[in-house]
Amino acid sequence: MPGFSLNINNKQYSVEAEADMPLLWVLRDLLDLTGTKYGCGVASCGACTVIMDGDAVYSCQRPVGACVNKKIITIEGLSEDGSHPVQIAWQKAAVPQCGYCQPGQIMTVAAMLGKNKKPSAETISSAMSNNLCRCGTYHRIKEAINIAIEEINK
Amino acid sequence: MRSIKLQVNNKQHELLIDEHETLAHVLREKIGLTGTKIGCEQGSCGACTVLVNNEPVLSCITPAMRCDQAEVTTIEGVAGPGELHLLQKKMVEKGAIQCGFCTPGMVMTSLDFVRKNPGASVQEIREALSGNLCRCTGYKKIIEAVAETIHPHNKSTDTEPRRSSVSGIVGVGHPYIEATKKVQGIAEYADDIRIKNVLHCKFLRSPLPHAVIENIDTSRALQLDGVKYIVTGSELPEKFGVLPISQDETALAIDKVRYIGEIVAAVAAETEEIAVAACRLIRVNYKALRSFLEIDESLHDIGTDEKIHSHTKFNNNIHKKAELRFGDQQLGLSQASFRSKMEFEFDGVTHAFTEPHAATAYWDENGLTIYTSTQVPHYLHRALSKVLKIPLSKVRVIKPFVGGGFGGKSDPFPHEMIISWLAMKTGRPVKVRFSREEVFLSNHGRHPTKMILELGADQDGYLKVLDADIAIDGGAYGSFGVVTSYYNGVLLQAPYAIENFGFRTFRVYTNKPQCGAMRGHGAVNSRFATESLIDDLAHQMKMDPCEMRLKNFMPSNTLTVGQYRITSNGSRESLLKVMEQSQWKNRYGKLPNGQGLGVGCGFFISGSALPIIRNEMPQSVVHCKIDFDGRVLISSGASDIGQGSDTMLAMIVAEVLGITMDHVFVLAADTLLTPVDLGSYSSRVTFMAGNAAMMAAENLKKEISKAVSIKEEVSPDKLNFSGGRVFTYDKKVNLTWKEAIDIAIANRGAITVSGKYISPKLGGDFKGAGAGLSPSYSFGAVVAEVKVDIETGLVKILNIWGAHDCGKAINPLAVEGQLEGSWHMGMGQALSEQLRYYNGLLLNGNFLDYKIPTSLDTPPIHSNIIETIDPEGPFGAKECGEGALHPVIPAIANAVFDAVGVRITKLPISAENILKNMKSNSLSKTEVVSH
Repeated sequence: MPGFSLNINNKQYSVEAEADMPLLWVLRDLLDLTGTKYGCGVASCGACTVIMDGDAVYSCQRPVGACVNKKIITIEGLSEDGSHPVQIAWQKAAVPQCGYCQPGQIMTVAAMLGKNKKPSAETISSAMSNNLCRCGTYHRIKEAINIAIEEINK
Repeated sequence: MRSIKLQVNNKQHELLIDEHETLAHVLREKIGLTGTKIGCEQGSCGACTVLVNNEPVLSCITPAMRCDQAEVTTIEGVAGPGELHLLQKKMVEKGAIQCGFCTPGMVMTSLDFVRKNPGASVQEIREALSGNLCRCTGYKKIIEAVAETIHPHNKSTDTEPRRSSVSGIVGVGHPYIEATKKVQGIAEYADDIRIKNVLHCKFLRSPLPHAVIENIDTSRALQLDGVKYIVTGSELPEKFGVLPISQDETALAIDKVRYIGEIVAAVAAETEEIAVAACRLIRVNYKALRSFLEIDESLHDIGTDEKIHSHTKFNNNIHKKAELRFGDQQLGLSQASFRSKMEFEFDGVTHAFTEPHAATAYWDENGLTIYTSTQVPHYLHRALSKVLKIPLSKVRVIKPFVGGGFGGKSDPFPHEMIISWLAMKTGRPVKVRFSREEVFLSNHGRHPTKMILELGADQDGYLKVLDADIAIDGGAYGSFGVVTSYYNGVLLQAPYAIENFGFRTFRVYTNKPQCGAMRGHGAVNSRFATESLIDDLAHQMKMDPCEMRLKNFMPSNTLTVGQYRITSNGSRESLLKVMEQSQWKNRYGKLPNGQGLGVGCGFFISGSALPIIRNEMPQSVVHCKIDFDGRVLISSGASDIGQGSDTMLAMIVAEVLGITMDHVFVLAADTLLTPVDLGSYSSRVTFMAGNAAMMAAENLKKEISKAVSIKEEVSPDKLNFSGGRVFTYDKKVNLTWKEAIDIAIANRGAITVSGKYISPKLGGDFKGAGAGLSPSYSFGAVVAEVKVDIETGLVKILNIWGAHDCGKAINPLAVEGQLEGSWHMGMGQALSEQLRYYNGLLLNGNFLDYKIPTSLDTPPIHSNIIETIDPEGPFGAKECGEGALHPVIPAIANAVFDAVGVRITKLPISAENILKNMKSNSLSKTEVVSH
């Protein structure tokens, strides 16, 4: 099996895997980083979202072979102690219900705010349309995004 | 990094490994097969044995890169899923598994041997297993299991179950309820528990025995990538200790160090390697102080030098003086026509359990949770709350499977405080596991001891007086030492009736790792001295030493001079049994030169009647719950450390309710989920938790009876619980267990009942009267046969005949295991075990130099359970876990006297001493002749 060197959460990992193994399974099964969730495997739910070189991407759709020399951030690496402004906002707005989609939601928001500190309402809805939530927390997600925007623009 | 291929248990793995990684590490940490245990990391204990290309290999010292392309079989691959190999079945069935930590390695070594040696003899089995250390079983049952695997039709012992109860549970040998899990390698010990995102903790330890810490510089270590936190003493200033009267220890050394190995700083880092590297970068400036390493130095005035602890009363290092006197010793001496007085010396010994200390702590919204290898979750719970200054309600202690304790895991430990603090500071789970050397440095073993004992008897051989002057070396801190000080004396007031009895014990602090409680706590050494003196008196009087003992045993149902309440007493039966089996009358004093028989007796508490921390709570509480599924959940805080307490609880509850063992489930030793039990020390669990379980089961029975009696319109006292049914004798009511439960929970739901144990008020009202008080006492006797090489002085044990009065053996298989393990541990102290120091530095902190007996050192052991029903014990049961250790050591020494006429006064017995004394004996004989 080929070996891959991956930069995840600012740490270098070496893994042996088939080149077409999705990044999601590398994260979860080989590296024990289980914060990133599996929801559908077909790019339709967003639970597996991670940040790659600044972009929110579906890790279930990225073969590990295509992840070398990229900077990957997972929910575990967003902050060491849950202090990222998006995570704080999530707590303030009491967003999670079952919580399963939340890592993906948070990563999508973090990527969006990483590029644009003052996104328009349209940008927000467009970005967030990639992440499903069946508990119906969308309203509070919006609230949390607004709290986060306020915080980072202080 | 390099890539290797391993086929492990028929599954292909490709792995990237570091060159220095061991096979054990790769199996456990990279593949997740934690059945392979790490006991020493130097190839000396065998716990890590796996098969590589069908050869047994010590995986803890095998570089993984050397195994590229190899086929590896671990304990998890020995049999198919859910199946057991015949060898595993035999190990379970024979009771060859106690704590279970050595079991995976033992199975792998045996499996290889069994396959390659289809006709092997018992001696060959002994040789084959001699590289695998077990500290619980004394190897007897392991050897039997292997022998029966090789020769399935030759039963080595009579396995016909003894039936002594209606349902056939209490009194019938049951393998531990978790034995299958242990033999498959899937039982999780503290180091096997995987909590994500964990940081690793390593300690910087003191290189000096006694020194002022002038400065600690952690700045360079903190710069190291991956280091998350470094803690030093000042952050955790609160003192603790297991006894409220000696709270003299802090989590890390503050201001000064008191022994080589004391923790000075602790690092939490991303990997163990980083933590080790960081420890090396910490700079500590010490100013050396005069160190006190021997008992005598610490007993005397120390002039202008600095004491070890400033709080001690006088200008010396005496920690505790205990003295009690009963009767009139002067009168006793005047009545004693025969007297024997000798000076004895004992080196320190340690528990040497096979599982090194390990723990993981984390914080969440519920506060602190710690998984740790402990005997006393309750006392740790209290100590953590005190040291971390957090409410008791924010501490949860969980005891996973524990790989042996023997008293060595019965204190709250600094490492448990430290990782809890580091976890709080870093917000991450923190894990620690000790190296074998750290286990030795942690010690808490039996005190090195010096004593002068005098014993006197009248013309007829009745003991008239006993006087003991004792000094014990406590090391740097208090631990259980105050109790040890008393036990050395008070536990001499039985099994012989001696009216004029007194002792004085000094416990001193020295600059060595601390001593504490070890199996047979406090009385092992003084028992040795007493039994040696009786032997000497008998020799002086030309009386049979067994006859002399029989003459002096106190009866059942009596009080000792110190007002211990003796209930049932099987001393006589025990001694008569081993005399008969060893053919004492025909063989004692009559064996050829160099061969001899010796006897020893003993007695021990069956649980301390007083809790360590005085309060009004029961000493044990057990809950039983039933719900619609018909299963009884037993929850108890009692700590199974391999002695089989979970199984004991299950058996008692099943027996009372007349149901089978598969209807009960034990949840134990989790301070959040289970009611308080004081823990596994002082041989208390069967008596106290067993009684609480019995009461809980009786209360459950009452609840069920009440509901059934209303529904079926019969009087509740007409209902019987037996054979899985609830019925009246006339069979008008004849319900299955499940039908009865359905009636009980109708309109009510699950039923939880409680049972408790509180010791009755016992003992005198003088100071020190509480020491050694117990609701019941065990008794026992051992005859040992030895052969002394008259050319070299080397002692070999040929046979051990042992008998122990445990009241009622609830689980005879487990009781035998405890007895054999105790005798094994005693043989080690007698012949080979000693902690050796040079200027305060422990020289032999490993299993290569600290020699516990192997399977080859184990002679045939003839075990006898003596049953004398205790009126208050559950089903009449008393202790069996510690008391059996006492008689074996003097029995061996007295056998040496019978063999070559040399009186042993120093342990361990040394061949050089024997040889020297044999020479001077024969010299003095020659002189007599020449005159």
